[in-house]
Amino acid sequence: MSIFVDSGTRLIVQGITGRDGSFHAKQMMEYGTTVVGGVTPGKGGQKFEGTVPIFNTVAEAVKATSANTTVIYVPPPFAADAMMEAADAGISLIVAITEGVPVMDMTRVYPFVRERGARLLGPNCPGLISPGKSKVGIIPGRICTPGSIGLVSRSGTLTYEVVYQMTRAGLGQTTCVGIGGDPINGTNFIDCLAAFQADEDTTSVVIIGEIGGTDEQEAARFVKENMTKPVVGFIAGQTAPPGRRMGHAGAIISGSAGTAAEKIQAFEDNGIAVAKRPIDVVGLLKART
Amino acid sequence: MNIHEYQAKEIFRSHGIPIPDGDIATTPAEAEALAKKYGGTVVVKAQVHAGGRGKAGGVKLAKNPKEAREIAEKILALTIKDLPVQKVLVTPAADIATEAYVGVIIDRASKRATFMVSPAGGIDIEEVAAKTPEKLRKLAVDPRYGLQPYEAMELGFFLYDDVKQVRAAAKIMQQLYAAFVASGASLAEINPLVTTPDGTVLALDAKMVVDDNELDRKPDLAAMRDESAEAPSEVEARNANLTFIKLEGNVGCIVNGAGLAMATMDLVKYYGGEPANFLDIGGSSNPEKVVAALKIITSDPSVKAILFNIFGGITRTDDVANGIVTATKKSPLKVPIVIRLTGTNEEIAVKILEENGFTALTDMDDAVQRAVQLATGKEAA
Repeated sequence: MSIFVDSGTRLIVQGITGRDGSFHAKQMMEYGTTVVGGVTPGKGGQKFEGTVPIFNTVAEAVKATSANTTVIYVPPPFAADAMMEAADAGISLIVAITEGVPVMDMTRVYPFVRERGARLLGPNCPGLISPGKSKVGIIPGRICTPGSIGLVSRSGTLTYEVVYQMTRAGLGQTTCVGIGGDPINGTNFIDCLAAFQADEDTTSVVIIGEIGGTDEQEAARFVKENMTKPVVGFIAGQTAPPGRRMGHAGAIISGSAGTAAEKIQAFEDNGIAVAKRPIDVVGLLKART
Repeated sequence: MNIHEYQAKEIFRSHGIPIPDGDIATTPAEAEALAKKYGGTVVVKAQVHAGGRGKAGGVKLAKNPKEAREIAEKILALTIKDLPVQKVLVTPAADIATEAYVGVIIDRASKRATFMVSPAGGIDIEEVAAKTPEKLRKLAVDPRYGLQPYEAMELGFFLYDDVKQVRAAAKIMQQLYAAFVASGASLAEINPLVTTPDGTVLALDAKMVVDDNELDRKPDLAAMRDESAEAPSEVEARNANLTFIKLEGNVGCIVNGAGLAMATMDLVKYYGGEPANFLDIGGSSNPEKVVAALKIITSDPSVKAILFNIFGGITRTDDVANGIVTATKKSPLKVPIVIRLTGTNEEIAVKILEENGFTALTDMDDAVQRAVQLATGKEAA
């Protein structure tokens, strides 16, 4: 098993003819993801790579292909609309890779998607991968390997670093999920932790957080109250100064809230083993399996 | 993006919020002329992107034009939190009966624009939240309908007893919400919202932070950016599409991805060093970006060693290697460099680097330890 995506995932790619969309559509197809269609307004009727049908709208794509998942690579000004279009067309998992979506747009997208019963992952996220089954997004497939550990993270390349260390040490993964670094995102740590707890093939979980907000603190309380599986954590940004946005729109220490020290404390207080360095995740996992 | 008080006031005024007159002076003579124009007592306020400007001596009352000139001269000579004051706002002083706080932020928990109001204004709102939470009222606005009149009235009643003042405050809050949404702000604040002895409600200060992601579609807001009020190295980085933040240490870090960049800085500290900066070259990086990044890092005299940490996904490590070679050919390095790269096109990158006399490491911990050792001159802790 795995969470959110597996061999039953039928994917469409919104923005499949764009630079990023076409590159990653190919990568996902090579990995073995079932890509059933693409959407680019005005290019309906064409084929991507000679095989994948392109549609003008998500609704047409869903009708023709029974797609259940979409991945969005459209530019920031149009990304919010793309998410809403997908939710309205009955897609159940919407993965928004686009970086730079205005937060004000997301205040409108979030309730819209929720009311239609869809799950949104992102925006500004690397997507997710269930190794050996399906990859949706941009996580490099070759650094992952099938196994029994679930991973959830707010970061992109830091996730790759940790997954790479795990894979090198022989610790495979059920699913790796990047929830994204924006202040408003569709899926949070708790959603993923709950799914990993319910997934029978996941034996332990890694959570990678960073400065800003209180999601990690809430996740820590959730772990204590609702999880029986061991959880290992890492927090980036111990040397980050307050009041400065550290790249991600969500990574900012405001006042005394959202510091790495506060989050590490919350992890430790709630039974999450905290890695001091990314590599230490491996040792902590091995000690718990 | 931060904007100045006077710019936020312009935006607030355009939405109808009552704010006393005021104008900008860049010289003591201009401040004197403005004080003359307004007559009576004026306030001279430093326009700088730093909190705590009052405590730093950046806000002062002047009783007459001559005093305004003297005070402006002093404030314009100030440096607040490393930022030189280049402009002052001169505005007529108001008689204050009460001070309240009104702010709107994007609240991550409710995922909505959220009002925070308090009758205990004029001071640090975080202190109010921590010490007297009963004096703080929050209200999350449904983005589909906006701030409704009854909600604004509820907030008004939390601040005032006099219904005239409640209505005036409620109107200001609806205007503030309109300004917040129209500007794509992540924060809009009036601190203090005052009442005068005759009962008028006025906004005496204005603060706004605009979501960087809005700037492409709001050119009039983007034009408000005051590059002279920012650190030059950060301006240069932004123009090269890099994210850079200057820190106090001596290990210059160049990393792809914000999370990995923070983790790299933390690891520098873990091994006994101090990072000189946060620098994220972002995803699909081309060699020019790397050249720009190296230029920024090497122009900082406190940097004693340079550390590259690149995990290639979208980023091609051969692009990074080519950037390093190009940049160092143009201006040879005066400090040692440690390069860690792994991932996409790693073999090509290593070949490029070795042909040009560089060594490439593949392990993050090895690279950080080596960089700390070179910067501090001693073995890593």
